[in-house]
Order: sequence, then C-alpha cells, then structure tokens
Amino acid sequence: MLKLVEVTKTLGGQPVLQGIDLTVPEGKLTTIIGRSGGGKSVLLKHMIGLLQPDSGQVWVDDVEISKLRGRALNDVRKRFAMLFQGAALFDSLTVFENVAFPLRERLRMKGPEVTVRVDEKLEQVGLAGMGHKFPAELSGGMRKRAGLARALVMQPEIMLFDEPTTGLDPLMAKSIHDLILNMQRKFGFTAVMVSHEIPEIFGISDYVAMLNRGKIAAMAEPAEFQRTTDPEIREFISVGGTVSLAQAVPTT
Amino acid sequence: MIVLERMGRWALAYVTEMGRMLIFAVTSFAWLARPPFRGAQIIKQLHFIGYKSTFVVVLTAGFTGMVLALQGYYTLRKFGSEGLLGSAVALSMIRELGPVLAALMVTARAGSAITAEIGIMRITEQIDALDTMAVNPLQYLIAPKLVAGLIGVPLLVAIFDVVGIYGGHLVGVDLLGVNAGSYWNSIETAVEWKDIYGGILKSVSFGLIVSWVCCYKGFYTRMSAEGLGTATTEAVVLSSVLILVWDYFLTSVLL
Repeated sequence: MLKLVEVTKTLGGQPVLQGIDLTVPEGKLTTIIGRSGGGKSVLLKHMIGLLQPDSGQVWVDDVEISKLRGRALNDVRKRFAMLFQGAALFDSLTVFENVAFPLRERLRMKGPEVTVRVDEKLEQVGLAGMGHKFPAELSGGMRKRAGLARALVMQPEIMLFDEPTTGLDPLMAKSIHDLILNMQRKFGFTAVMVSHEIPEIFGISDYVAMLNRGKIAAMAEPAEFQRTTDPEIREFISVGGTVSLAQAVPTT
Repeated sequence: MIVLERMGRWALAYVTEMGRMLIFAVTSFAWLARPPFRGAQIIKQLHFIGYKSTFVVVLTAGFTGMVLALQGYYTLRKFGSEGLLGSAVALSMIRELGPVLAALMVTARAGSAITAEIGIMRITEQIDALDTMAVNPLQYLIAPKLVAGLIGVPLLVAIFDVVGIYGGHLVGVDLLGVNAGSYWNSIETAVEWKDIYGGILKSVSFGLIVSWVCCYKGFYTRMSAEGLGTATTEAVVLSSVLILVWDYFLTSVLL
C-alpha cells in the first residue's frame, strides 16, 4: 500500500505541498486532479522518491522511503514504473531499445527473450512493427504508448502516470485512457494518475482525489466525488465540463 | 556590513558548489566499482570523446607545430642555433602545448556536447526515467564519460605531440632547410622521460577536468532552454580556465 503522511515540500521558497495525507487503495486506479502548477507532479515524484519531502513520511507497504538513498531506494523503485508527461523516452535509442532498456539493465536479460517480451508489449499498446523507429519519428500519442510499453514491460506493482494525455487530441486522449484502464484491469497494478481530463477521468478511475492549496481536499469514488458540496471542487469539475453547477448540487 | 554579508554569501555558495562537485565525482567513481560494469558505455564514450575529436586535434597539432617551427627558426637563427629547432618544438609540444591545446579542443568539441546532451536528458526527464527504472544515472551516464575522458584525452595528447613534431619538421626541415639529422637528433638529446611523464600526468588530469566539469554542469542544469545554454557556456569557460590554472600549478610542481 502507498501512503503519504503529513508530507510538506517547499520549492524555490514557494510552499507546494502543505501536509498531504493520502492513502492510495491497492489494485485500484486513483486519479489526482487539481489546478495547473498546484503540485500534482511534485506529489507523484514524492511517491517514487524522485523528490524528498521537507517533512512527513512516504510509505510503500512497511518501508518509509523518504529517507532512503542508493541501493535501498532502488530496491523499492523496482516495484514501480512511471509514465512521464513527455514520455521521457531515450532519444538516442529506438522504440524497441527503449522498451528493452529496463529488461536489459535491470534483469540483465538478453537475446530472444527480450525480443519476445518487447514485441508483446508493443503489440499490447498498438505499436507492433514500430520498434525500429526513433522517438523523434513518432507522434505525441505514439510516444506516450511507447512510454507506457516501457513502463509495463517490467510488470510493476505500482504505476504512476503524470498527465498521460496532455497535448493529445480528444480521440487520442481517449485511446490512451482506454489503454491505461485495460492494462490496469488486466494486470491489476495499483495506479496513480495525475490528470486534467475532466470528465473523462470519472469514467475510468476507481477513486478521484483533488489537490488544492497543497492539501488533499477530497478523495472519493467518482460518483460520490461529483456530488461534493465543496464550492471550490464543484467549480473546478464544473468548468472541466463534467456537470453543470446545478447538477453538482447534492440531491439530498 | 552589506558588503561583508554579500561576500559571506558568495563564499558559502562557492564552497557549497565545490563540495557538490566533489561529491558528484567521488560518487560517480564509486558507482564504477559496483556491478553491472559499463564496458560498452565506456567504449561508446571513448569513441565520442576520443575518436571523434581526432580530426580537430590533428589539424590543431599540425598547424601549432608548423607555427612553432616558423617562430623558433627565426629566433634561433639570430644565435646560429637552428639545429636546436627540433628540441624547441618537441619540448614545447610535449610539456605544454600538447596537453593544454588538445584538452581545450576536446572541451570545445566534446565537452560542450556532453553538457548539452546531459542537460537535455535532465530537462526532458530522461534522467528521472533512469531513476524510476532503478538504474543509477551516475553509474549509467556519468561514470563512463569520466573514464572516457581519463583515457581519451591522454591518447589525443600523444597524437597531438607526434603530429605537432612532424608539423615542425615540415616547416623547419622541408621548407626552411634545417638539417633533418639535427632536427631529430636534438629531439632525442633534449627530451627526457620526465618531460613525457609530465605531459601524460597533465593530460590525464585535464581529461578528468573536462569530463567532470561538463558532466556536472549538464546534470545540474536549470530546467529551461536558457538554463541549458548557460550551463553549456559555463562548462566550456570553467573547464578552459581550470585547465590553464591547473596547468600552472602542475608545471610549477613538475619543474
């Protein structure tokens, strides 16, 4: 289980996280929404130890990772995978080599076994036959798919998605969402997704959490979340297009 | 008081930066000792830092040797000592110009590219991606470049010295008519093992300076295009200045 306790972080003199308490349900897809620049990506990076909190704790099962460094932290990270906003593919490697990278580097896997695993993942994300291309030759959507294939090839227990559909057209965004949902259902990993895609995320998430003013303002199942009485959350999800203000008023 | 405060802040920032640079290098070398060993990465970087710099190094060396011979010939002729031209060219090359100019050329060609490459990897989150895959970026990215700098620059300096001496031969012997026997004999007489040893020592340390500074500046670049430009400029300027300053200290110890 992934759990954050009273996590605070200040960046460049600006408080970004101001006491985050969040428990991510195991085997479910949890989406974090919130204003741009509100600290969602910073929060995600704390979960995998790319950033360390100024105070507070980050727990992965019974391991508190915020003070871990080096090999101990790497051991925990082996359970994770992350899809970055820009996919973060290695631009000097082909798509095949990118997806094969964690297999070769972490598992020291070689030869046909790598080819089988990589081809299987590329097929699952709809990139069969694209392995020879370099990231610069791919469209934004294809890069995200390749990034997803690289993340999934190690069969992680916990997947983090940092705005996986940013910059994509609505159809491509939907296909990426469907892909994430299908993969999550198929492999059963715990997923945390940062997204702005309202209302689409309500259709695919098991839980939705909102980050507001450096804290988790609310977390609930999508249907319950949309019935919130909190005016700021109502405004946020209404502007996002999911429900009109009138609809958002609770029907008690 | 304000001046004192500013000086204190500057001194603290300077010492902190130096400490961070030192930890960066020590940690990178420490990762070298841990498996998996990055032989293929080291060879790839040797190809980039060493082999791909050969042309510019040969070109610079040839013309440096030629101009040294030209200047040396007209100076030595005043004292009737043209026969010492070979030793003048060879000693200048082996002791000073070879290590310094080759290192400056590597800084300009490969060092700036290293900073830009690592900086772009930082900005596009490729370095974070390595971290998330439990692959240490210092071990995978930085350590091979440091080793390649340590091996590649001395080899380039050796090429620089040889080409420079032949450049001097071309001008001194073939164009200005210095006796070929005198040219080679004066080199054989004047150049001692300690000159070559000093040149090697300098080139190894310069190789480390170039790869270390350029990797560091790229790794800690600010997350913007402007930041990357600044990092690349700083890497080239700092490497060049450190090479010249360290050259003075090393020369004063070796002489």
